[in-house]
Amino acid sequence: MSGTFLGMPAFPVAAKAAVGDATLRANLRHATHTIRDKRAAAVAELEDWDRLREAGKQIKDHTLRHLDRYLLKLEEAVTAAGGTVHWAADADEANRIVTALVRATGETEVVKVKSMATQEIGLNEALEAVGIAAYETDLAELIVQLGHDRPSHILVPAIHRNRGEIRDIFRAEMGEWGRPAPDGLTDTPADLAQAARLHLREKFLRAKVAVSGANFMVAETGTLVVLESEGNGRMCLTLPETLISVVGIEKTVPTWRDLEVFLQTLPRSSTAERMNPYTTMWTGTTDGDGPRDFHLVLLDNGRTDTLADEVGRQALRCIRCSACLNVCPVYERAGGHAYGSVYPGPIGAILSPQLRGTESEIDASLPFASSLCGACYEVCPVAIDIPEVLVHLRERIADQGGHRLERAAMKAAGAVLGSPRALAAAERLAASTRRLHPKRLPGASAWTDSRELPEVPAESFRAWWKRNRT
Amino acid sequence: MRVALFVTCVNDALYPATGVATVRILERLGVEVDFPAGQTCCGQPQFNTGYRQDAEPLARRLADAFRGYEHVVTPSGSCAAMVRGHYAGFGAQAAALAPRVHELTEFLVDVLGVTDVGAYFPHTVTYHPSCHGLRLLGLGDRPRRLLEAVEGLVLRELPGAEECCGFGGTFAVKNPDVSAAMGRDKIDHAVSTGAEVLCGADNSCLMHLGGVLRREDAPLRALHLAEILASTETEPLEWTESPR
Repeated sequence: MSGTFLGMPAFPVAAKAAVGDATLRANLRHATHTIRDKRAAAVAELEDWDRLREAGKQIKDHTLRHLDRYLLKLEEAVTAAGGTVHWAADADEANRIVTALVRATGETEVVKVKSMATQEIGLNEALEAVGIAAYETDLAELIVQLGHDRPSHILVPAIHRNRGEIRDIFRAEMGEWGRPAPDGLTDTPADLAQAARLHLREKFLRAKVAVSGANFMVAETGTLVVLESEGNGRMCLTLPETLISVVGIEKTVPTWRDLEVFLQTLPRSSTAERMNPYTTMWTGTTDGDGPRDFHLVLLDNGRTDTLADEVGRQALRCIRCSACLNVCPVYERAGGHAYGSVYPGPIGAILSPQLRGTESEIDASLPFASSLCGACYEVCPVAIDIPEVLVHLRERIADQGGHRLERAAMKAAGAVLGSPRALAAAERLAASTRRLHPKRLPGASAWTDSRELPEVPAESFRAWWKRNRT
Repeated sequence: MRVALFVTCVNDALYPATGVATVRILERLGVEVDFPAGQTCCGQPQFNTGYRQDAEPLARRLADAFRGYEHVVTPSGSCAAMVRGHYAGFGAQAAALAPRVHELTEFLVDVLGVTDVGAYFPHTVTYHPSCHGLRLLGLGDRPRRLLEAVEGLVLRELPGAEECCGFGGTFAVKNPDVSAAMGRDKIDHAVSTGAEVLCGADNSCLMHLGGVLRREDAPLRALHLAEILASTETEPLEWTESPR
């Protein structure tokens, strides 16, 4: 995965800073609670939601089980429709392919839309290194890019910013990248949207090359599908002469008909809309309409490794709706940046360590960035059992050696709990010394910094039972 | 009817009153209660932290302790969910224990068929449904129905009730800042109800919440559901000296 987020501190350290940032917490709380309530209402409108959820799960599982076959079918269909398919095993290979394709056009700038996969591989940085400027055109992505920032949410990458902050970013930065912000720009949503519109329109009309992602790829027809709300996607996908789509291999669905399920579940789960405003579909190239050249870069970058894990592979069902982020109490407090990956929140906590491996400090901390409350599983439109995968990945980290002190603590607990006699003795000792227990134990500061310790009772239940019932 | 009490390690060592209360409720309803002393811990802390191998012998020990009992009752949704959800992977005896374990409110409502357990508790109470009871066991409105049937009790709606309190086992220690922030929000919501008591059915969550509310000096106390249900007019709950 990308170097963008490397060197991030482990989750608990990054989260500590976010928890202490009152503005950030207020922004996140307001945004996530608004969308979660709307989503619940939009989902409740469908009587067959549970069946749609099950259908989505089964379509994805079936596709993943036969992914090799469907990818070849997809390649064949895209090629027959006049497109070119490239296979990228990892981030470096994908970046090399895209860079070479852009260079071959002779252009030095590209417009971009809907491309978490390109953030995952750090494409913007790779293009910049060879003198190609990549402009994000999604409103929130634009805010993030102008703010020299990182996305913090799958659907709303600038969720951590409020209107005043966005106005300040537009005023300070737009002129550096193209058309400056209008004089006297206010922080009303209409004004901010108009400023972005004017700034972006100029770029759309000038750009000869576009880079996109895709929500779905239909193997049967070679069709790529993008769902979006702003219309910027349709501009990117139709105006430039060359279109390069970088898409994770797991975005494949077998047939056109399968879209029926996801075009219902994705909008309702993500934006709480019955249907998203723009659904753009393209199949290869068409004479006299849209891009002359179409390239599809199929990205692996850890996905086949993930597929090999029987429990963890369900993460590849993800359709990036972000419902799990919006209900997650941990995401709400820690914010997206703490996850140190383009995929934050509960899904990021299981996806990133699988795509990147669990060697780095941040990746080893992600499976523990959850209280296992299960709210994410409850809302997932493709029924990914995120808590199950979290525990599975924790096991992997423990097997790698885990955390030395924790392992020792588990062994010590095992010795006491392995025998009722040892447990009773430990309880008697704790009870007899209870008056001596300090309020704040050394080594227990993680608990006592913000909470009192429970008082040890004079008698355990075990002892009470022995005294009263035997 | 004769049942085995699975008291859980947290209740045994730190909250014995919950175990005693559970015994009182069950005996009052004519149930004969055994406490198989061979039980220790269900293995959930180890399992959920990734130490499956350390959880397995504990699971086998627990299953062995409850061999021969048709019903095993526990005042912890979380521990019941551990047994119900994960014991199938720990051998035939452990797998056989899973369907026989009932969380206390499930046992009262589903097996005994009662919602009015004859309790008297003249206080205002707000109820926090712990995540594992709520989502893994699907306890639904059972705890509420039991509380609503308690004479004298006034139940107040807890805002954001279904949000996690932030305990999450070792999460509380591995991510202390996020955990405490979640706990403080839960306490703020509980305080906003004006209730005297924050009631739950899992002492691990209550240990965390009680720790936060005592640190924040919040004007209410945390109490396990079983202790409320055990309280009667003739034998009322003995409030401990410290008000919270």
